[in-house]
Amino acid sequence: MISNALPLSLTDNPILSQWVAFKEQGRVRVGSGKVEIGQGILTALTQIAAEELDVRPDQIHLVSGETDISPAEGFTSGSYSVAVGGASIRLVCAEVRSLFIERLAETLRCSPGELTVENGRFLRSGKDTGRDYWSMANEIALDRRATGTAPVKKPSSYRIVGKHLPRLDLPAKIAGAGFIHDITPANVLHARVLRQPWRGAHLAALDENAVRKAAKAPIEILREGEFVAFISDSEIAVMRAAEAARPLARWEGGTPPPANVGTRDWLKAQKSKDKVTDAGQRNAVPGGRVVEAEYSRPFLTYGSIGPCCSLAEWKDGALKVWSHCQGPAVLRDWLAKALRLPAAQVTVLHRQGSGAYGHNTADDAAFDASFIAMRHPGRTIRVQWQREDEFAASPISTAMAIKLRAVLGNENKPVDWSIELWSPPHAQRPGMNGNSNLIGAEALPNAPKQNPLGDVPDERGGGATRNAIPIYDLPRHRMIHHMLPEVPMRTSSLRGLGAWANVFAIESFVDELADAVGEDPVTYRLSLLSDPRARRVVETAAQISGWFDGKPMPDGRAKGFGFARYKNIASFAAVVVELDVAEDIKLRKIWCAADAGLVIAPDGARNQLEGGIIQGASFVMREQVRFDDGRVSTRTWEDYPILRFSDIPEIDIELIDNPNEPTLGLGEASVGPTGAAIGNALARALGKRVRDLPLTRDKIMATLLAE
Amino acid sequence: MSDKLDFVVNGRAVSVTCDGTVPLLTVLRDHLDLRGTKFGCGTEQCGACMVLIDGKPEFSCSREAATVTGWAITTVEGLSNGGALHALQQAFLDEQAGQCGYCLSGILISASALLEKNRKPSRADIIAALDPHLCRCGIHNRVVRAVQKAATAITGARP
Repeated sequence: MISNALPLSLTDNPILSQWVAFKEQGRVRVGSGKVEIGQGILTALTQIAAEELDVRPDQIHLVSGETDISPAEGFTSGSYSVAVGGASIRLVCAEVRSLFIERLAETLRCSPGELTVENGRFLRSGKDTGRDYWSMANEIALDRRATGTAPVKKPSSYRIVGKHLPRLDLPAKIAGAGFIHDITPANVLHARVLRQPWRGAHLAALDENAVRKAAKAPIEILREGEFVAFISDSEIAVMRAAEAARPLARWEGGTPPPANVGTRDWLKAQKSKDKVTDAGQRNAVPGGRVVEAEYSRPFLTYGSIGPCCSLAEWKDGALKVWSHCQGPAVLRDWLAKALRLPAAQVTVLHRQGSGAYGHNTADDAAFDASFIAMRHPGRTIRVQWQREDEFAASPISTAMAIKLRAVLGNENKPVDWSIELWSPPHAQRPGMNGNSNLIGAEALPNAPKQNPLGDVPDERGGGATRNAIPIYDLPRHRMIHHMLPEVPMRTSSLRGLGAWANVFAIESFVDELADAVGEDPVTYRLSLLSDPRARRVVETAAQISGWFDGKPMPDGRAKGFGFARYKNIASFAAVVVELDVAEDIKLRKIWCAADAGLVIAPDGARNQLEGGIIQGASFVMREQVRFDDGRVSTRTWEDYPILRFSDIPEIDIELIDNPNEPTLGLGEASVGPTGAAIGNALARALGKRVRDLPLTRDKIMATLLAE
Repeated sequence: MSDKLDFVVNGRAVSVTCDGTVPLLTVLRDHLDLRGTKFGCGTEQCGACMVLIDGKPEFSCSREAATVTGWAITTVEGLSNGGALHALQQAFLDEQAGQCGYCLSGILISASALLEKNRKPSRADIIAALDPHLCRCGIHNRVVRAVQKAATAITGARP
């Protein structure tokens, strides 16, 4: 059943007119605070709205992330957009439709049951009444609170939801259009900002003459505190200036990270805030054999192909900001605070950028542009980050160490299980912990002192603790979370936060347990899984991949399995990877089975699962942000290789049809299981396990050579 | 410092007066207002800026504009012919080969060059042609299918 309980987006934005308006004949304006970050959300939300209102998808005009008119829905993150934002639109549209139908039934003195809607026109017993949403719009006041009680459609009657609707944004994109990067008003002024190489760094010297010379065209150099911007009518001039300034700038003070940053030793040496969470039986169950293993992951970055970009205009005491951020309303509030403006004077308009897979520098770029715009009234300031800074000064996805321990009982199943995590926080988006978390604002004189950091609370999915508790049947479980709040970099969200590393560790460990007791990894998992949906996903992945076929494989080839339910409440995904390993890994084939409940946009869902598989594979096989001499030394794509066309195998996806279950977020579901399946396949192919990510040639060789 | 640079861009002769040491990408985006070609890295490592220079796919982000004066340049805007989509663009729509779409202009350019010289590319041919391009969303397999589909459509139309 689709629940009628009010989703968060609707309790935060309870007035119907915040969501739906009938202004232009034949078109419905539907508002959303969720934004397109490459995941196809606008198309899925359009399908939901069109379905419940009984209009065609092309009649929906979705206004997303425009703070003066769209609902405020926090951040587009955590695989919540369809599950929460979409659920809100469904309830609102069902209620609006009901209000119109009831009103017309009164007018026509007929039963509401006789009335239907087609393309926004009302029919009585199949015959046109001559009335439609638009002609009746002034009879029904939508500035009323949503009750969430109007009946929504049954999934069995869906005509648009669950059917294929081509992505609405793709026609522009295959023509190279539709991006914030391409907005260039006539009054545009370009800017680039020099970034501090570490937190608190003070600019001791900068040869401005050399910078101006390198720009080859007149530029303005704006300096306030450690904030240094190069501004010009010419974009190439400010690009050249910024490039020249980076090696010329001499920095001192602050907190440069030490040489061993990101290693297990470094993590464990940090000041920590500890929390122990026990679940299950209070008393220890008698057990025997103890198995322990420790896993770790390095610092990573989201690595969007397009550097972040923003435009801002300060005119008549109002600030207008164009941004591809993930939380337009949150950004508005924190830009206002950081710039000491009333929020009502700031408007943020979402425009699409390059894909966002976590907290990127879109918010930072928006601050940069806004700050500069307030010093250039009447001009539109366009700021774009440089590739090097995208690696070196962006929010960073943190290294983690994860230690697992299980005591096996007499049926070879774990009777006692514990996980110990060392990790800095996984979320420092604007506003989190009461900090603006905007790198430009931190560089200003008298920047507010940073509030102490916390991680995402466990009840909101957790950061480091996300998916740290396995979905398996465990009679006794302990989680020890060492949250490291004082590390000298801006650690923040990357797709799944702590989930994919935890899933990598847990699923590797389950394979290690299966090995220890001499069982097949999938059979062993099934012996620990009672949830029928989880079992079905695991069984389906095993079946489509021929897991139990028992075909002999040549030396150096193996299959591996990985499974998780994202956040233990969102979609289920099981992944099988077949790979070859010589010195390096070559992926041969990947299979994935997933259960996302009611799927709104089936092709979009597959696209997300496949994208998550490729990104998850890239995370564990290749990626690491490196530090040297107190700063990030990863500067180019050569330093940060991601998977390429020649690395990608064929991928088969089986989406389990489950239309009567609520929609579950799936954007992050396949990432963790894929990494785990690669780790497990590698261990089976090598006969040895690499527990410290990434699974590069160097790590593989070191593991093989170690005794 | 100003130079007069002449190109044939998407079949049209154009003349630009600017500093000839700027990247070709700057000329396309800022001087000719052709913003379909994207800046990604500026170091010829991601492929977002790919254009055709006399039919060959080349990075435009750090190629000095003066070095290609007199040459024919094709950008993503030049793929479609008077509003009609290139077979590749249609195939990318058919296969829904996109997520964020930022890498697509460059990929379409390289794929168009491949199809010009190889009417029946194998999966390996397509991968080799597209390997200079980075995609972070993970649409690689859809792209390969779309290029295969476009190849079939083109050979069907031009036997």
